[in-house]
Amino acid sequence: MEIAEIEQRIKKIVAEQLGVNEAEIKNESSFVNDLGADSLDTVELVMALEEEFECEIPDEQAEKINTVQEAIDYVASNASQ
Amino acid sequence: MYSRIIGTGGYLPEKILTNQDLESMVDTSDEWIRTRTGITQRHIAAEDQMASDLALEASRKAIAASGIRPNEIDLIIVATTTPDMVFPSTACILQHKLGIANGPAFDVQAVCSGFIYALATADMFVSSGKCRNALVVGTEVYSRIIDWNDRSTCVLFGDGAGAVILTQDQQPGILSSHLHANGSYSQILAVPGNISAGKIQGKPFITMEGNTVFKFAVKVLEEAVHEALDANQLQPSDIDWLIPHQANIRIISSTAKKLGISPEKVVTTVAQHGNTSAASVPLALDIAVRDGRVQSGHNVVLEGVGGGFTWGSVLIRW
Repeated sequence: MEIAEIEQRIKKIVAEQLGVNEAEIKNESSFVNDLGADSLDTVELVMALEEEFECEIPDEQAEKINTVQEAIDYVASNASQ
Repeated sequence: MYSRIIGTGGYLPEKILTNQDLESMVDTSDEWIRTRTGITQRHIAAEDQMASDLALEASRKAIAASGIRPNEIDLIIVATTTPDMVFPSTACILQHKLGIANGPAFDVQAVCSGFIYALATADMFVSSGKCRNALVVGTEVYSRIIDWNDRSTCVLFGDGAGAVILTQDQQPGILSSHLHANGSYSQILAVPGNISAGKIQGKPFITMEGNTVFKFAVKVLEEAVHEALDANQLQPSDIDWLIPHQANIRIISSTAKKLGISPEKVVTTVAQHGNTSAASVPLALDIAVRDGRVQSGHNVVLEGVGGGFTWGSVLIRW
């Protein structure tokens, strides 16, 4: 999977889950600080990522995914190809 | 032979604790509680009210609605995590308070899935002909096991009771029930204390890893509905009413969204009741039956998830 494709799919999920405009989502955007997510939004976001990329993200890993870029990096190195 | 619900009842203690009340007790806000949980208020039992007292009120209403006499009840199952005492069971205490002495009476401990477990168990007794009329109750006084200094849990729970009368019938009734448990998740939601050597050993209050519970709940609640529908060759669109355990509006909304069920078909009481654990599903059912939403012929899915972890569903043709 190309990084660009992962990035595009993640941004679409983030926009849908957090109800923000896709254009406003930057790679460095923090879900909580920049995009208005609360702690339950971040849980739902991780669940949506798991579903989209057919992977299981352990809680201790999920806690480290705070920005769009961190989500992209995680999927790029862990999701099934 | 099937079992069919012929009467429902609910009871909520008089005292109401609002989010504003909580603002003066712990560092929290009405806005935080509403956006994270959907809860605006919860009921709190009076000091002298035990789980069996709440159960008695709900049971009397269910019995009155059913038209049977109390002494026709030949099975009592009470789902509770907050029993009156270590033993005897709250079911036995309730039986005596109802002035009857027929048939088996026992408690079921499956935390917030308790009513689903109890109803599924009662269905086995009634549909098999072992018992004719079962009283099934979910009753809780969670205010007793809450650390009122812990803002992450004390805002979530409330007290209450709900009851149904289940009777044998040629017509459904309960079409299916499915129960599950996975004890490897026992640590993420617990009251870990116990009584030993005349003392409470360990913490006697609710401990919860909220985010882990949230994730697990949404996942299994979706699976439970699919399992119930598949067993009856039904589609999500065939559901007239989904009555989930009322823990948190965000869990309920997320589950409904994943299932493609419109919010109008989901009965919610969490705003007014908070999480009443085993009482939440029968309380919500009672409200939806009494206000006329649930009608004869409707497909009603009850489902719950709770500490253990336990989860399950009951699908009813009303």
